[in-house]
Amino acid sequence: MLIGHQPKEFLLAVEALTVSFDGFKAVNDLSFYVDENEIRVIIGPNGAGKTTVLDLICGKTKATSGSIQFRGKELTRMRENEIVKTGVGRKFQNPSIYDDLTVFENLEISYPRGRSVFGALTFTRDAAVRDRVHEVAEMIFLKDRLHMNADLLSHGQKQWLEIGMLLIQDPDLLMLDEPVAGMSVSERAKTAELLNRIIKNRSVLVIEHDMKFVEDIAHKVTVLHQGQILSEGTMEKVKNDPKVVEVYLGH
Amino acid sequence: MTDNRFFNRSELIGILVLAVFLVVVLPLTLDVFRLNLVAKYLTYAFVALGLVICWGYGGILSLGQGVFFGLGGYCMAMFLKLEASSVENTKIQSTPGIPDFMDWNQITALPFFWKPFNSLTFTIAAIILVPGIFALIIGTAMFKRRVGGTYFAIITQAVAAILTILIVGQQGYTGGINGMTDLRTLKGWDIRPDHAKIVLYFFEVGCLFVCIMIAQFVRHSKLGRILVAMREKEDRVRFSGYSVANFKIFAFCIAAVFAAIGGAMFALNVGFMSPSFVGIVPSIEMVIYTAVGGRLSILGAIYGTLLVNFAKTSLSETFPELWLFGLGGLFIAVVLAFPNGLAGIWGDYVQPRIDRLIASRKSKPDGWTDSSVADGAPAE
Repeated sequence: MLIGHQPKEFLLAVEALTVSFDGFKAVNDLSFYVDENEIRVIIGPNGAGKTTVLDLICGKTKATSGSIQFRGKELTRMRENEIVKTGVGRKFQNPSIYDDLTVFENLEISYPRGRSVFGALTFTRDAAVRDRVHEVAEMIFLKDRLHMNADLLSHGQKQWLEIGMLLIQDPDLLMLDEPVAGMSVSERAKTAELLNRIIKNRSVLVIEHDMKFVEDIAHKVTVLHQGQILSEGTMEKVKNDPKVVEVYLGH
Repeated sequence: MTDNRFFNRSELIGILVLAVFLVVVLPLTLDVFRLNLVAKYLTYAFVALGLVICWGYGGILSLGQGVFFGLGGYCMAMFLKLEASSVENTKIQSTPGIPDFMDWNQITALPFFWKPFNSLTFTIAAIILVPGIFALIIGTAMFKRRVGGTYFAIITQAVAAILTILIVGQQGYTGGINGMTDLRTLKGWDIRPDHAKIVLYFFEVGCLFVCIMIAQFVRHSKLGRILVAMREKEDRVRFSGYSVANFKIFAFCIAAVFAAIGGAMFALNVGFMSPSFVGIVPSIEMVIYTAVGGRLSILGAIYGTLLVNFAKTSLSETFPELWLFGLGGLFIAVVLAFPNGLAGIWGDYVQPRIDRLIASRKSKPDGWTDSSVADGAPAE
């Protein structure tokens, strides 16, 4: 260890991030930092650029300028699959699963082994894979649906399956886009329980509108408005920020 | 369950039935002329097989498979043509020892790229590698830039058109519109008489089964499932950590190599190769064979190819003008009514009845047993 002042090591450091779609700046000079094992929730009104921020981090959208450092690696220049390999996982807003495959196969594809062409050809479904798939299926309440085609699942079950696909990927940074949207009350409670279990030992970046859910899980909240940070801090601090009340929480 | 890395039980039965049909039934019932026609049809079955992987599983519609069929065919034909153009055979030419069409086009020495085709080993390697590398280049250029769907199909058509024009235009080097004709011997063994045709037919069927096994292996590997996943949700596959482009390139290359083997078999069995098997129309026809047979079924594609070609031969003999309309109509009908082709009809209507028949016969003597429903039933 070096002696003296050391800048703190962040897991994720987003700095001066800007993306412009034909002149419209969906994200404008945005900077924020996520610690190891931190649960950060991003809230904000529609069109604030929340999903775009996740798209930028996982490589789906290319940044116009600025930097995204994950464990000291610059993500803005990487391809999507390389970003996944460094340890970033992403759940999409609409359940994004493979309908033509079974629950088992969905999970198996997400198992982090044999990701090259040759690796996929020679991949064997050994005990380690089977055990892990069963373990995750149990966590996501789909143990008895393993051999069912994924398109036959309910909306809530599809959301769980996608969470399971991320879980088996075992990312260091988990990004969830509205994980409880469109769920029934009972499904919502089960999902909250599931998320509380899987967010241990990793950092999580969540977009969510359900304020009760946010209060339950957030360590820190970032409020976005028009592509910029309006307020940041604990839920308590953000809730009492007059600017936040005006643009978002007030109605 | 009898799952292994190549096939499950019902697929094994399907493969055995096809083997009996091709190895026993057809040779016993058809004369040599008709058997040679089947050999010709089966050369397209290689292409259809590749399209099942590339189009059916991977969702990459290539309308230019004739390019690879042609490249494979021309590689084989160049070897055979050189052997047929020995100095004794061509002593009446102004330059003996070169293929006749070169002589007619005032070419006086064998071009440099023809020389390696004196070697059979080189030729066999070229049949696999030339189309494989060409597909790799096209695939890399397209898929790394995320060109897909209709745009990719159009580009493959353009490539087919370009290659045809190139072959026709460079008459002195390629034989032009007539192609390479008068192929005679393979390492001194005459490929023209009836007994040779029969041997070549069996050799071709053997190669077809090797390709079927490779296709089955790909399909049953995780790569096969990734192709299906990619066809549906390309983005999701990227965010599961896979390079989508590389998997597409692989599927396209394997389809290209299968097509090329088919092309080489064509040159051997039919005894010539011409640009009329390279261009846009034959390429689309090959897609139709796959669609009719069922683009998700490896065996279906082979039956589809045989069926459409039998129909083509018999109908085009009687109604030469109407045949093309019939083919087009067939394609539209299949896509609209039976998107999974013959294999889909079989799987949806015929197979369940057979299963029920077997199940009811089994259940009568020894009652309801678990094992008779264990296969295929969802594990709920």
